[in-house]
Amino acid sequence: MTAAVSTTDPTRLRAHEMARALRAGQLSARELTEAHLGLIERQDRAMNAWSFVDREGAVEAATQADERFDGARRAGPEGLDALPPLLGVPVALKDLVLQRGRPATAGSRILQGFVSPYDAHITERLAAAGAVVLGRTNMDEFAMGSSTEFSAWGPTGNPWDLGRVPGGSSGGSAAAVAAFHAPLGIGTDTGGSIRQPAALTGTVGLKPTYGRVSRYGIVAFASSLDQIGPFGRDVRDAAMLLSVLAGRDERDSTSADIPVPDYAAELPQSDEEGAASLHGVRLGLPRQYFVAGMEPDVEARVREAVDVLGQCGAEIVEVDLPHTDYGLATYYIIAPAEASANLARYDGIRYGSAARDGDVLGDYLATRGGGFGTEVKRRIMLGTYALSAGYYDAYYLKAQKVRTLIKRDFDRAFESVDALVAPTSPTVAFPFGARLSDPVSMYLSDACTLPVNMAGLPGLSVPCGLSNGLPVGLQFIGAAWDERRLFRLGRAYEAITASADWRALEPADLPALDDPSTPSPAERSSAGRAALDSAAAAV
Amino acid sequence: MSGAEAPAATRYEAVIGIEIHVQLRTLSKMFCGCSADVASAPPNSLTCPVCLGLPGALPVINREAVRHVLATGLAIGSRILDITRWDRKNYFYPDLPKGYQISQYDLPLASGGSLAFDTSQGPTSVSIRRAHLEEDTARLIHQVDPDGRRVSLVDFNRSGLPLMEIVTEPDIRSAEAARRYAEELRLLLLTIGASDAALENGQMRVEANVSLRPVGQSAFGTRVEVKNMNSFRSVERAIGFEIARQARALDAGETLVQETRGWDDGRAMTYRMRIKEDSDDYRYFPEPDLPPLRTDPAWLETIRMGLPELPATRRARYQASLGLTPYDAAVIVGDQGATRLFENTLAADPSLPAKKVANWVTGEYLRLVKPGGSRGDGEGGGADGAAGAGTGGAAGGRSGSELRVQPAELAHLVRAVETRKLSGTNAKEVFRRHAETGESIARIVASTGLQQISDETALREAVRAVLEAHPAAVADVRAGKGQAVGFLTGQVMKQTRGQADPTLVQALLRDALAESQD
Repeated sequence: MTAAVSTTDPTRLRAHEMARALRAGQLSARELTEAHLGLIERQDRAMNAWSFVDREGAVEAATQADERFDGARRAGPEGLDALPPLLGVPVALKDLVLQRGRPATAGSRILQGFVSPYDAHITERLAAAGAVVLGRTNMDEFAMGSSTEFSAWGPTGNPWDLGRVPGGSSGGSAAAVAAFHAPLGIGTDTGGSIRQPAALTGTVGLKPTYGRVSRYGIVAFASSLDQIGPFGRDVRDAAMLLSVLAGRDERDSTSADIPVPDYAAELPQSDEEGAASLHGVRLGLPRQYFVAGMEPDVEARVREAVDVLGQCGAEIVEVDLPHTDYGLATYYIIAPAEASANLARYDGIRYGSAARDGDVLGDYLATRGGGFGTEVKRRIMLGTYALSAGYYDAYYLKAQKVRTLIKRDFDRAFESVDALVAPTSPTVAFPFGARLSDPVSMYLSDACTLPVNMAGLPGLSVPCGLSNGLPVGLQFIGAAWDERRLFRLGRAYEAITASADWRALEPADLPALDDPSTPSPAERSSAGRAALDSAAAAV
Repeated sequence: MSGAEAPAATRYEAVIGIEIHVQLRTLSKMFCGCSADVASAPPNSLTCPVCLGLPGALPVINREAVRHVLATGLAIGSRILDITRWDRKNYFYPDLPKGYQISQYDLPLASGGSLAFDTSQGPTSVSIRRAHLEEDTARLIHQVDPDGRRVSLVDFNRSGLPLMEIVTEPDIRSAEAARRYAEELRLLLLTIGASDAALENGQMRVEANVSLRPVGQSAFGTRVEVKNMNSFRSVERAIGFEIARQARALDAGETLVQETRGWDDGRAMTYRMRIKEDSDDYRYFPEPDLPPLRTDPAWLETIRMGLPELPATRRARYQASLGLTPYDAAVIVGDQGATRLFENTLAADPSLPAKKVANWVTGEYLRLVKPGGSRGDGEGGGADGAAGAGTGGAAGGRSGSELRVQPAELAHLVRAVETRKLSGTNAKEVFRRHAETGESIARIVASTGLQQISDETALREAVRAVLEAHPAAVADVRAGKGQAVGFLTGQVMKQTRGQADPTLVQALLRDALAESQD
């Protein structure tokens, strides 16, 4: 472990600090962007968080940002105030957020060569907010996975321990933010794919209420569960980013027309205010979230965090979410069912990689057989089976009914508490390959997060300490559209633990990223690769 | 058919159900903003991420398409559910970019209903099971490339066009009734403006499920689906052929297979396209990208109030209130342009006898629209005529929009004939010129001098001159040869260049002959 260093290095700043420095003219966007690009170009061989680094686009956006700062400064203080919130601030996009003229693979070989002809809604939002997109981050193929090992482009290392996974599926964004390659990252969360990697990399990640952020231009995994959300190194940054992303988009019929607060402005502005804000807050602790298989030390960190919240004035009450146990089973019917249809479009006819084998059926089999990885094929088969005639009622329909019960559990809980507090992940980051041969062990990584997706609710993961030197995440779960409260709780927790020793620590393997002798994640995970291959052979 | 054997039609009962897909008349596609005006657009020019099935694209419902289905449902007496849903129908094919079609499975926009129409056997009606909304597929074009290889091209312009599927119960018992049902449905859709419904360009696609069972048996026989019927005539011929084919097969003791057969119009027969070995599993499930659709009762009421007079109501009114024959009523109502012309002409001069106006519309007007064609059987695209007289043009005819008939002018013309200012023959000529040039009746009459001479003084002079010039004919009349009157009349008409009122001429001739005899 290394202590925090070098306050002159702009990459060490939080995003809101960068925004302030840029505005104050203490830093140029070009300088800031170059600092990040330099770090990525020097270090990513050893981490593999990025699938595409957009030096050209980033430098161009930064140059434009500097021109706007210059122009605004000439126009006086009002000019600066009128500038968008993220002007000049770098951001990492998960490789499933479409950008016009840029590749997008969603971690899959089947999208190799695909260059998007259009921008996702959030790409437009980020551009309008002035953000500088540094590039695209690695992920589990089509967001199916909890370790980023199911990427066609090799696994990503966790900067806290490069022999371990950063979680997934948004592992690339989480690792990039943790390693100071970007102050902000975009992830998507279908069953925990933002919160779990946030927990495993010691970053802050929020999965918004379903419908909060438009899915237009996001490569779909499971349409009724997918949400797009922010990563940051603190709650304020995540809050600032969500304000940019959220809001109604007419191109996504499931996006909600519900006002979006300025989340960052609504946060407690000082540690004192943060601590005070906990008074009288009722927090529910769901009994069922301390699951079997949970690492004792992870449970200990979470219970300590809950105790601290209680000591600072929050009222902690145990609550029951009785259908939690069915979450995993029902999730693994609904998500694959939707995915089996969502992924049908990858047929090699219009875009992406294509293989030809005689007739139409031959082309489909060759393209999809060669283009999809093991886990994606497994889920397509699961979903196809669950929807097949004769099985639909027993699987898909029943799962939807259970989903309603899970949702009802939460509704009932929120009648008596303001928010829930729970572990994010039952374990800390695990070594490469540890869960590849047993899909269910991988699926269990999301046991504490996926019920939240099933209910369409918002969930925030914040770091709450370390277990054997690896980050542990604390999850706040809110009622629908209550992201504001989650951010306030997260910020309050930061405030009351501001002086904790672990807060001063940077990811332990950052120095190794600069060491040319450090093996790449792919090399480290060769054992994992072998496990993958044997799993592939079994499919 | 041998003489002793009863014809198939009396031994077997045909059981026919019809599925009709129609492209709805909307500005944009079903789930995206692309123009729906694909008729003459270059291939793949009207596409976007949504209708190309690109990653990340999401559907947005076209409200106008929903309105058309609701209007259709209201017109056929369907139940309209408060909440309906979209479903994904999953199958792989290169013309289906997403690998699934967004359709409606168990909660269609309109359920139940019926459509009444006439056949040569009398009035009948067909029960309708449902009408739902879905999206069209792309168009596949199979060609041979310059190197001689067979290639398949995909044109995604059609991908995502709004389609309404209307399914009947297996209520239909004859090929003629099937055809008449399809014709009546097309007329209904044209009338409410839901679709242009032209069969020949695929805006309306008719598929028939045909099976036979021995008369008196209630269980259904093996069903054959018939496709590729590109005209109403083909619908009747194909189903007729299929009934005969199945009857022959059953007579020969063969077992029919469940299959899809295509109609080959040139060879006048159906042919096997594919055998349905087992029922397709489309793995329908609710479309998660679209919330359930709530039908606002107030909106539904607005749609109901906005429905125009429907064809059946209109035919009944023409007979009951206007005294038209069932035939004339059917012919006029069967053609959009004719209906508008008839209505607007009567509106221009309500004192005109409706029957006379009807004669002009069914006679001269439709003759110009469809020379040689059977009347009231338009299969063309209904274009809106500039004069409110658009008509679906049949092959070889002209579309009503090319004609420039003004209802007020037709009213003027009918009035002129009624008041004997114009002879019937000349009036037809005047009408033809008006229809082609749009010039007013008054101007045409004035410039051609075709007005009828009903001035007795002037005609008496002409009669006198003719009698003087043809003493032999006058003698013949007096000798009792009646046909000589016709000759003399003709001579008067000739002298007046056809403008004389022939009835008046005959009367004057008789008067003059009687006078000179005295």
